[in-house]
Amino acid sequence: MKCIVALKQIPDLQQLRIRNREPVLNDIPYTLGAIDKNALELGVQLKEELDWEVVVISAGNEELEDTIKEALAGGADNSFLLIDNQIDQMDSAEIASLLAEMIRRSEDIGLAIFGEGSGDNYTGQVGSRVAEILGWPQAGYATSVSVDGSTAKVTRALDDCIEEVELDLPAVIIVSAGLNTPRIPSVMQILKAGKLPKEIITLDDLSLVSSANQIETVSNLAPIAERKQIKIGSVDELLNCLESAGVERR
Amino acid sequence: MLGVLVWSVQTKLACELLSAAREIDQEVFALAINDDAQAESLAQKGAQVFRLNNQSLEIANTASIAHAISQVVNQLNPEYILLSSNRRGKELAGRLAQIINAGCLSDVRALVSSDGQIECVRNALGGATIAHQVIKTQQKLIAISANCYEVPSDQGGGQVQDISVKVEDSKLRLLSTQGKPSEGVDISSAEVVVAVGQGLENEELLETVNKIANQIGGIVGCTKPIATDRKWLGEERIIGLSGATCKPNVALLLGTSGQVQFSVGIRDADTIVAVDKDDQANVFTLADYYLVADLNDFLPKLSTSL
Ligand SMILES: Cc1cc2nc3c(=O)[nH]c(=O)nc-3n(C[C@H](O)[C@H](O)[C@H](O)COP(=O)(O)OP(=O)(O)OC[C@H]3O[C@@H](n4cnc5c(N)ncnc54)[C@H](O)[C@@H]3O)c2cc1C
Repeated sequence: MKCIVALKQIPDLQQLRIRNREPVLNDIPYTLGAIDKNALELGVQLKEELDWEVVVISAGNEELEDTIKEALAGGADNSFLLIDNQIDQMDSAEIASLLAEMIRRSEDIGLAIFGEGSGDNYTGQVGSRVAEILGWPQAGYATSVSVDGSTAKVTRALDDCIEEVELDLPAVIIVSAGLNTPRIPSVMQILKAGKLPKEIITLDDLSLVSSANQIETVSNLAPIAERKQIKIGSVDELLNCLESAGVERR
Repeated sequence: MLGVLVWSVQTKLACELLSAAREIDQEVFALAINDDAQAESLAQKGAQVFRLNNQSLEIANTASIAHAISQVVNQLNPEYILLSSNRRGKELAGRLAQIINAGCLSDVRALVSSDGQIECVRNALGGATIAHQVIKTQQKLIAISANCYEVPSDQGGGQVQDISVKVEDSKLRLLSTQGKPSEGVDISSAEVVVAVGQGLENEELLETVNKIANQIGGIVGCTKPIATDRKWLGEERIIGLSGATCKPNVALLLGTSGQVQFSVGIRDADTIVAVDKDDQANVFTLADYYLVADLNDFLPKLSTSL
């Protein structure tokens, strides 16, 4: 059986700079989102337990092959990548249809694992959309997953409750941030990762008609931050600041 | 295609959606699924409520809820569908949007009408920016964050009518539900917030933090790692992108580095006072007043001074 783990290449937001309130995205290196690493770790843990194969799928621009190496080193067996510079302009619906098409090309899938949201946009739609396209059941905000034959038991952390559900396989699992601690690959593993089997396709290899973008961004600016940034030197001064801001001692 | 359909599993959030829906100048329909009490409450707010009662419909089953709502959408044909951007709502949003071929945005904090279009205001790039986005599809699905709109007051005048859908065989079974241990704190409406981050070096110091919060009438909040990694405080106290958005009069930030995923949740505070031992701490750019100090010394001092 296979476990698909879908990963997204995102700009490393730690290095994001703002100029005249505009985000400057040029020259920012790419990375994988923290939650995506959780998704991969879950896949690798299931593989160790069930002797499954972990296939990483991802769609991204020409940097993707490099970005994904880290994931492969984290325990994936092989990767299936859609590399095309048009991907950067696509919205969640288009990405979901591409990923679903890629998943359809694999056989014998048990689970497809996604993260609860990407590190950059965090809309958290792609996993649910893919589940609908494939007609598979889904469980979001998963904190633990166990597989038994043709079903999976998933514990999910919702807003006000913890829920345990059982799903027929194949199924989509969307993991909660921080559900596990992703292993850190060794230098050897990273070196070896470059040699793992991979299949790379472009948009032309998929028979999908591209649809118009569903979302238009009118503006995207950093908020105006006008803080006084006054340095104070003592606890007493701090108390004065709190009091003049309206804090009352009880 | 006209109208706004709202649904949330949580009645309070469904009521907030009624307020959000008023930003769109169209007729509002509210849906209540297997929840007569919610249907009643929504009607008291003046909404035209459609009550969907079907015992084979399980809230836990995102796929079947999405298919059920899509049938309601087909019957009522609204232009907008508003869901709550809590966990269930967000997960549902993607699936429902896919079925009805709608563009979808989640974590939307405000709807703004501009040039005859509805702009959705939401944090982007991990909170570094605020985006105004428009959905271009005929039907539009928007998931709205909690606490961004008020619960409207009761005005009466609403009505409840039944609506039905077909439910397919389920590929998911609910095995158990367990309430999360909740302390019932609502950090988003606190007037004074005392937020702790990983600069708090040991759990014992939390006691001093709690005491300080009591002394100044504040509620203790935290950065995400304090709740999810260290598990020192409950998740309902997380401030930021994956937690609450607060608008207190005063926020006292203790040992939080001020990364953007955190600061989006506190940047609307009127006054921010930050304490950090690193004199270059990024959190200081977010602060009105800042003190360079080690929390190990600072906290006991502050508590005795109060
Ligand atoms: C998709 C996504 C969503 C996220 N959502 C959230 C969210 O909602 N909320 C959130 O908080 N985070 C969130 N994060 C995580 C966020 O990026 C940061 O990792 C987190 O906010 C950092 O927490 P911190 O400030 O407590 O810790 P650190 O970054 O480790 O900062 C600790 C600070 O304490 C100071 N310090 C250390 N020791 C002392 C001492 N003895 N005395 C005084 N100061 C000291 C340090 O100088 C430092 O400034 C999210 C991340 C991602 C990727």
